[in-house]
Amino acid sequence: MDQSVLQQTRDLIRRHKRWDLIFAAVGVVCLGVAALTFTALVIDMAIDGAPRLSPDFFTNFPSRRPAQAGILSAWVGTTLVMMVTAGAAIPVGVAAGVYLEEYAPKNLFTAIIEINITNLAGVPSIVYGLLALGLFVYAFGFGQSILSAGLTLALLILPVVIVATREAIRSIPSAIREAAYAVGATKWGTTWDHVLPYSMAGILTGVIIGMARAIGETAPIITIGALTFIAFLPPAPVQAGFPFLSFEWLTAPFTVMPIQMFNWTSRPEAAFHQNAAAAGLVLLFMTLSMNALAIYIRFQLRKRIKW
Amino acid sequence: MPPPSATYIEGLSAVADTVVSDRLSKRKTRHLRERVIEFVLFSAAAFSVFVTLGIVYVLVSESVHFFQQVSIWDFLTDTQWTPLFDDAHYGVMVLLSGTLVSSAVALAVAVPLGTIIAIYLSEFAPFSIREWAKPLLELLSGVPTVVYGYFALLFVTPLLQVLIPGLPGFSLLSAGLVMGIMIIPYVSSVSEDAMRAVPMSMREGSYAMGATRFQTAMRVVTPAALSGITAAYILGISRAVGETMILAIAAGMQPNLTWNPTEPAATITSFIVQVALGDLPHGSIGYQTIFAAGLTLLLLTLAFNVLGHMLTRRFRQVY
Repeated sequence: MDQSVLQQTRDLIRRHKRWDLIFAAVGVVCLGVAALTFTALVIDMAIDGAPRLSPDFFTNFPSRRPAQAGILSAWVGTTLVMMVTAGAAIPVGVAAGVYLEEYAPKNLFTAIIEINITNLAGVPSIVYGLLALGLFVYAFGFGQSILSAGLTLALLILPVVIVATREAIRSIPSAIREAAYAVGATKWGTTWDHVLPYSMAGILTGVIIGMARAIGETAPIITIGALTFIAFLPPAPVQAGFPFLSFEWLTAPFTVMPIQMFNWTSRPEAAFHQNAAAAGLVLLFMTLSMNALAIYIRFQLRKRIKW
Repeated sequence: MPPPSATYIEGLSAVADTVVSDRLSKRKTRHLRERVIEFVLFSAAAFSVFVTLGIVYVLVSESVHFFQQVSIWDFLTDTQWTPLFDDAHYGVMVLLSGTLVSSAVALAVAVPLGTIIAIYLSEFAPFSIREWAKPLLELLSGVPTVVYGYFALLFVTPLLQVLIPGLPGFSLLSAGLVMGIMIIPYVSSVSEDAMRAVPMSMREGSYAMGATRFQTAMRVVTPAALSGITAAYILGISRAVGETMILAIAAGMQPNLTWNPTEPAATITSFIVQVALGDLPHGSIGYQTIFAAGLTLLLLTLAFNVLGHMLTRRFRQVY
């Protein structure tokens, strides 16, 4: 009698524990689906695109003949647009983050700014494109230029930079600030000499993730009307003669990597699809290595800093 | 000791005066600098509000011109979308159907997979798997959408055509499936955060009663984190509704009022891309159409975002 009750209880426990195993297996399978998709994506593009990845591919302009087409204007355009984006988004984003963490009083306006930033992060990227089309391209008269595109992407990644800055600053213990105040530092002195240097790695992580996102963004740049066929380079920023620096490139028409890839993908010929795959590999390499760098910095940070 | 002479005291106080006033004036510049810096930082933070105002202003002002020529009733109820034809119809339902169907397909992938991954990572996975899975998911969300679009058009669609004979070269189904994979990291990371916010004592209570891991996860942790998980789904929906490039590449761009995922159709976002690729003169009704479409999109995602954040706040307040 006792023996059979014991046996029943053991069976019950075993049955329930079996569900643990089954669910763990299902979980691994789901993670596997994600991993498999990612692998399939990379391998599929590598098979199609790798043969096209020669030095010529990086030094040729786009062409009607797929075998001669390259991504020179696209990667130069991406580099220049990213310079504008970084130049605009990093100072504004970090300053806004510092204000919200270190300075902002607890009042209605601060609350509005905070809610607003959360909402901006959820606005679809194409809406930023429409904003830029109405404002930068037509109202401000920047035209369909590198400047317009760079500023658009800067607005897009602003919430990412702000949130990362705030999180990095928040993780600094207040004892650091109190020590600085105790020896007579002003608020800005404390922020500039202590809070910002210590939170630099965290801010950098956010900036890199934001930039990686900006590099891959296509929709807002298409919306402002970037051309897809550009067979020339913008004027070089560094000139041989006086005054050595030129800002003409800011107003030049341009193309970027994702737009070049989109253009090749939407053509019917398979040969152009190979070019698209090759451009996709380069793009993927750029964004993934930036993401990996951010993950690595965060990992190092977690290991090193013990407050 | 003789008392200090009057001149001595006078001299002393004069020295003190200069020192104090000197230091005060220095203080003033120090304060001025602090004020200027604070104002600059404040302007940067306030700038974000102007971005929002700019978005609303641009979309509304162009849409007003649009709605002067097209009645809102027609916009909402017409069943054709042919803004660039001579016989122009502006029925946003046509674009909305494409957006909703593709989002539904994406959620059908992302909700189950994202939830299971979140439960697994939060309650089951050993540390070593978590260390690998989190960066993997982050990489998945770091892939540019144009690359996902390529993958949907040239890998997933041919694969689906083997399984579903007669599937056209562009379809909402393949775009939606890839979009679902893209959204998994958003859904799983927000849900996982919600589950980790459930206090350990609740799990311990459950284990102490003899519950297994699976029972604890399903009957204690998931219900306690439910509003956070719902918030994750809603943020996923708003992500799917705003997604552009995958649909522009893999779903075709012809307007098509359909609820069938195996057909090609345009969405709100891919219509904007299509118009932007062409050459529409500034100020024409065609140009204004994309702002009206953009306004619809913004309102749609805003509604989902507000709902999502309300739910997130609720789950934070529970404990």
